[in-house]
Amino acid sequence: MSTKTIKNYLNCETGIMSWLTTLDHKRIGVMYLLFIAISFGLGGFFALALRMELLTPTQLYLTAKQYNQAFTLHGAVMVFLFIIPSIPAALGNFVLPLQLGAKDVAFPRLNLASFYVYVLGAAFAIFSLFNGAVDTGWTFYTPYSTQSDTSVISMTLAAFILGFSSILTGVNFIATIHKMRAPGMTWFRMPLFVWALYATAIIQILATPVVGITLLLLIFESTFGVGIFDPALGGDPILFQHFFWFYSHPAVYIMVLPAMGVMSELVTTFCKKNIFGYKLIAYSSLAIAIISFLVWGHHLFLSGQSSYANMIFSLLTFLVGIPSGIKVFNWVTTMYKGTIDLKTPFLYFLSFLFLFCIGGFTGMFLGALSVDVHLHDTYFVVAHFHYTMMGGVVMAFLGGLHYWWPKMFGKMYSEKWGRIAAAFVFVGFNWVFFTQFILGTKGMPRRYYNYLDQFQPLHAFSTMGTFVLGTGFIIMAVYLIHSLFKGEKAPANPWGGLTLEWVADTPPDHHNFHETPTVTTGPYDYEKAGY
Amino acid sequence: MATTGTSFIKHEVAHHFDNAEQEFESAKLGMWAFMAQEILFFSALFVAYAIFRYLYPEAFLEASSLLSWKMGAFNTAVLITSSFTMVMAVNSAQTSQKKKTFNFLLVTILLAALFLVVKYFEYMSKFHHGIFPPNYFNAMAVFEQVPIFFGIYFVITGLHALHILIGIGLIIWIMRRTARGEFHADYFTPVELVGLYWHFVDLVWIFLFPLLYLVG
Ligand SMILES: [Cu+2]
Repeated sequence: MSTKTIKNYLNCETGIMSWLTTLDHKRIGVMYLLFIAISFGLGGFFALALRMELLTPTQLYLTAKQYNQAFTLHGAVMVFLFIIPSIPAALGNFVLPLQLGAKDVAFPRLNLASFYVYVLGAAFAIFSLFNGAVDTGWTFYTPYSTQSDTSVISMTLAAFILGFSSILTGVNFIATIHKMRAPGMTWFRMPLFVWALYATAIIQILATPVVGITLLLLIFESTFGVGIFDPALGGDPILFQHFFWFYSHPAVYIMVLPAMGVMSELVTTFCKKNIFGYKLIAYSSLAIAIISFLVWGHHLFLSGQSSYANMIFSLLTFLVGIPSGIKVFNWVTTMYKGTIDLKTPFLYFLSFLFLFCIGGFTGMFLGALSVDVHLHDTYFVVAHFHYTMMGGVVMAFLGGLHYWWPKMFGKMYSEKWGRIAAAFVFVGFNWVFFTQFILGTKGMPRRYYNYLDQFQPLHAFSTMGTFVLGTGFIIMAVYLIHSLFKGEKAPANPWGGLTLEWVADTPPDHHNFHETPTVTTGPYDYEKAGY
Repeated sequence: MATTGTSFIKHEVAHHFDNAEQEFESAKLGMWAFMAQEILFFSALFVAYAIFRYLYPEAFLEASSLLSWKMGAFNTAVLITSSFTMVMAVNSAQTSQKKKTFNFLLVTILLAALFLVVKYFEYMSKFHHGIFPPNYFNAMAVFEQVPIFFGIYFVITGLHALHILIGIGLIIWIMRRTARGEFHADYFTPVELVGLYWHFVDLVWIFLFPLLYLVG
């Protein structure tokens, strides 16, 4: 057979309609990827706008209200449109059925529906952008959010709809993982990325509806009134914070758990070694998912919560460190005496390891009650969650993107430029955000567009870093797009991975596998494979 | 049995499943997962109810007495009956009794519609007395937190009614497919799943009735 006649999922059907009506999980994953990349660009644009305004202690070019709108939109776009769907909906959709040896997800039509629900939610978000934007912060705290004259309703409606997209993806993945595994793939022979998506799906199903109803209540409160958040009627605005964080803390793990799953895949493939402590990594994902439901009160230490509740929430918050620590130690131990190959995806693995530890440890600072009093609502918090969200999730997302890119599109990107971009991203990221730890400990509060003169050197330094970071992303966009047209043809298994997606063609066939694979060993048995 | 009859359409297993059993099990598991999110969706409202009833017991007592428990009780009976007819519809589908399935589904829809009609008159009589959600509330009340009760009442019964409406849509959909002969002993997944959904909607009301109408 000549290479020209081999059909794959990308060229088996052509035309825009074949994409818009596709039920193929791989094509849906690619469409998500496109939208997520656009959202990331949009969120990044707002971030740049914020950092430019902060170059000087006084107003540079944004009014106070515009500044509030910019940071709200940066947060809302990055959280709801980019980071939550990034790994599960884009990479997960593409990789999950392949790793399970399945032909598709359990409900392909539901999968396409959740994509369109996402698009609908995105449309509402864009609408609110042009309809007065939102200035409440991405957390939409009452009572301000019920009084703001900006378009809070359309933005919360957007988040509500996007939540349903996330729930439907979770439902689909749970059924897929339970029922669609290839013959011989027992629970403990599943790749750890699958375990991570499973734990994620549990949170998506159990936490997302709570924020859904909360945002709906907020919409009702500002239209005809419900009263439960309104102190004038005996309601309590703090209740909104409880409801909101009951979802939004677990949501942090909707973002981080899949990232951790990607990490486990990267470390085994690029060290050519079986994972250390497979079961503990799998169980720690579930442990994180469960504990994550019990820590929301750490966002309310200074909201008038009782000191007993504070103590319990503080303790529970520290507990999250245990399963997270288990994972970090197991990854590091896997590297020990491995055949380490410093390819681009592994550079992002190392970035995650380094940055996520900083993010995690500073989370411990904030979980400690007395320290939190000083650091609450300062740039220390901003730096902390950017180290976990961007230093953690985005690094793993980029690692996974570079890891699966050849499988998705059948083309290799430039390894040299990949490494250069990774260096820019790593240096730029630390430049921007480590500076903000210092700013925070010195007392710079978050969400202000003006500040005292003494903070200017650090603010200006942080802003300079955004150009380094941005350069890294521009280089990345250029070589990835270039690879699609001019890239070398990718082999079926460029990295020597052992999980089932590397058994499939590159790019995979429309039905994934020519015949259903049978599984006889664990996913990372490199000893048996001759390493 | 049954698929041999000319009035039934044979079910094709979707291409990505190995067999009909895997297809059925997946659909059922997916539906249960979806039901879990439904429970969590309503949970926040129940939590809000618990908090404010604990804080303002007298206001809740007064507000609840403004509701007509007779209408509530009547609607409870209507929904419990509809759950029964739904069970019978699923059972008839499993035993390939097309006519019976169709008729039981029809009765279920009529009961659902009856529920909504009663609910409509209930809402209207409340509006007539100035009992609206808090921003438009203009009825006389001894306790100033009475509007909170009605804020919760209108949101939760409104969302419940929306679920009933969606349920009616779903039942119409499976009735049409029943008429076409798509359901029989070998394939009845959609009937079973809609049945599951319908029981959930009834169950929510069974909790709502005592909590809202029988505070006294
Ligand atoms: Cu948290």
